[in-house]
Amino acid sequence: MSNRIDVKKTYKLFINGAFPRTESGRTYEVKNAKGVFIANPCLASRKDLKDAVVAARAAQHGWNKATTYNKGQILYRLAEMLEGRRAQFVDEIVTVTGVSKAKAEKEVTDSVDRLVWYAGWTDKISSLSGALNPVAGPYYNFTIPESMGVIAAIAPETPSLLGLIDSIAPIIVGGNTVVVLASTKAPLSAMSFAEVIATSDVPAGVINILTGKKDEITPWMASHMDIDGLDISGLGAKKHSDVKTSGSENLKRIYSFKSADPGRILAFMENKTVWHPIGL
Amino acid sequence: MEEKLSFEYAPAPESRALVTIKPKYGHFIGGKFVAGSKHFPTINPATEEVLSQISLAGKTDVDAAVKAARKAYTITWSKMSGKERGKYLFRIARIMQEHSREFAVLETLDNGKPIRESRDVDIPLAAAHFFYHAGWADKLEYAGLGTTPKAHGVAGQIIPWNFPLLMLAWKVAPALAAGNTVVLKPAETTSLTALLFAEVCQQAELPAGVVNIVTGDGSTGALIVNHPGIDKIAFTGSTEVGKIIARAVAPTNKSVTLELGGKAANIIFEDAAIDESIEGIVNGIFFNQGHVCCAGSRLILQESVAEEVIEKLKNRMAKIRVGDPMDKNTDLGAINSNDQLLKIRELSAAGDTEGAQRWSAPCELPGKGFWFAPTIFTGVTQAHRIAREEIFGPVLSVLTFRTPQEAIDKANNTPFGLSAGIWSEKGSKVLWASQQLRAGVIWTNTFNKFDPTSPFGGYKESGWGREGGRHGLSAYLKGVSHE
Repeated sequence: MSNRIDVKKTYKLFINGAFPRTESGRTYEVKNAKGVFIANPCLASRKDLKDAVVAARAAQHGWNKATTYNKGQILYRLAEMLEGRRAQFVDEIVTVTGVSKAKAEKEVTDSVDRLVWYAGWTDKISSLSGALNPVAGPYYNFTIPESMGVIAAIAPETPSLLGLIDSIAPIIVGGNTVVVLASTKAPLSAMSFAEVIATSDVPAGVINILTGKKDEITPWMASHMDIDGLDISGLGAKKHSDVKTSGSENLKRIYSFKSADPGRILAFMENKTVWHPIGL
Repeated sequence: MEEKLSFEYAPAPESRALVTIKPKYGHFIGGKFVAGSKHFPTINPATEEVLSQISLAGKTDVDAAVKAARKAYTITWSKMSGKERGKYLFRIARIMQEHSREFAVLETLDNGKPIRESRDVDIPLAAAHFFYHAGWADKLEYAGLGTTPKAHGVAGQIIPWNFPLLMLAWKVAPALAAGNTVVLKPAETTSLTALLFAEVCQQAELPAGVVNIVTGDGSTGALIVNHPGIDKIAFTGSTEVGKIIARAVAPTNKSVTLELGGKAANIIFEDAAIDESIEGIVNGIFFNQGHVCCAGSRLILQESVAEEVIEKLKNRMAKIRVGDPMDKNTDLGAINSNDQLLKIRELSAAGDTEGAQRWSAPCELPGKGFWFAPTIFTGVTQAHRIAREEIFGPVLSVLTFRTPQEAIDKANNTPFGLSAGIWSEKGSKVLWASQQLRAGVIWTNTFNKFDPTSPFGGYKESGWGREGGRHGLSAYLKGVSHE
């Protein structure tokens, strides 16, 4: 093994189920905690974001239409695929961030378990949040949460894998499609997670992953008129004001989250109330 | 179908004797009426008669109101048990019912809407909102927001002129039930019922400062939105102003809910009960003079029945009784203001210019006041301004479709997403269409129905959040994980 030359991976973007390089032709250097070069991931551009949103929009109707049982199985499949590749993810997290193997193992374990947790929500969130409204009249009236559309997310810098899962899973549980910007300093597990996605029957375009700089991509996410909501959990609090100001142009729903709970799923769902008369 | 029979309606005016309008009003701050410094007139839009002088709140007034609301929150309201808060809300609901005719007459005089609507819709629903939310006050821990949901503190609330007292109820009732205190600003042209509501608060012995009402125009609204002492903003009005508010609060920690504009599609499938849908179309666009954010302002007709529906609709529109809002027979009252009338005229003129065909009901309009005859435009395309912009008047744009998918595509082709209507006798088609439509409220084989238990609010640029039901209550509570 020691004499063998490694076959290193080219880290690319994940858009519409494929692994394109950034159209901009740009990359940036990822180094480990000691400053040693590790990889050249893509420095995604505004055009890459645009392509990803187009893919996400095209995929949204079909993903939303999939049964909640089907969505749940696909999320569970993500957990299965990640479980089978634990060693690779532990290795990447250790290499890039310099944390202990035990700590990296815990993050990967938590990531798998978190996916399993979200998988179980797909067919429960409506009955938890929906309502049969007892109106004062002869009408059948109910409220159900529905998908919001295309949601963009800025994943936290750390933990780079678990944070990415929390940026993606609650959004797609609700029938939305997502464009997520991965951790800038530790993007490798995100791009390896794209390989998990590609082998988990997730329809093309449902999850799209970009790597690059937050300062460059976030303003384009905020101002994009075909993005319906934005998860800014991975963005420093000082930047929230600018994003919210820009996002007001199409009244984007913009939130940041501190934990994984059903509210995180519901934040990017719209409530629809339907009335129908009762009578002969 | 030429209608030969005609019925004459003898005038049936509601009496004004029930209301006493003061020549001048101040603000309601800290449980007392305080004099304002500057004033502007409020008029009856049906006659242009000046009803009273309303105070224009400036910085000092808004500061005083916020201070009173904060004090009431800190000292009284946040310390009171939900059970006791609820009892105040029940009292308010009951006193509103006791004053219901007075409220209805005052609303119609100040707003121009038919007395039949203010009496049978606005006021009863407003009381119902207080009664419904009263029962929530001691049950917040069961609202699905965790075991200890907390109020925001002081809520700043800005409401429109189309349903003045009802919008006040939609705002104030859930805010108080959840334990917030409020500073509310009614719309510039319709302050009177909010000021009468202040007297209801006094009769209910609501602790001073829990409800504060400041009157004024957009400048007063901006003072509320930007006030650092306010924790939560709730606004109902135009999408344009909604976006300004969203920008204004972006750098702050204020929580915001917005109920904004709409351009609702009312879809008539060929298998609809046509005569019922004609009534639904009329109710959808001519209820409250079309001054309704969820009005069914785009009629989307299946081609195979388009001719029949339009003929029957015109026949029905010719029977809409337009005139004195105080007459109990009146169907369509006055346009709320001259400004709004000009806007309706401007957009209707754009309909002519862009090539749509206008038809207005042949009715006589009163000489004084602001009036617009019930109008439809046929031959409307999706590019026309009258298919895209909210007219907020009695003007209906008619588009047609061949396949159900085309109907959905046209209905969803708008940045708005507040409401939609579906007319079909086929259950599976109704449910399919209600799934496909991107709007927060879907009326199937009915239109413009409201209830305090039923969440109301929009997708996309029609707003943030819901009002009514458990979902609406959550807008006035912390306890959700996101911010």
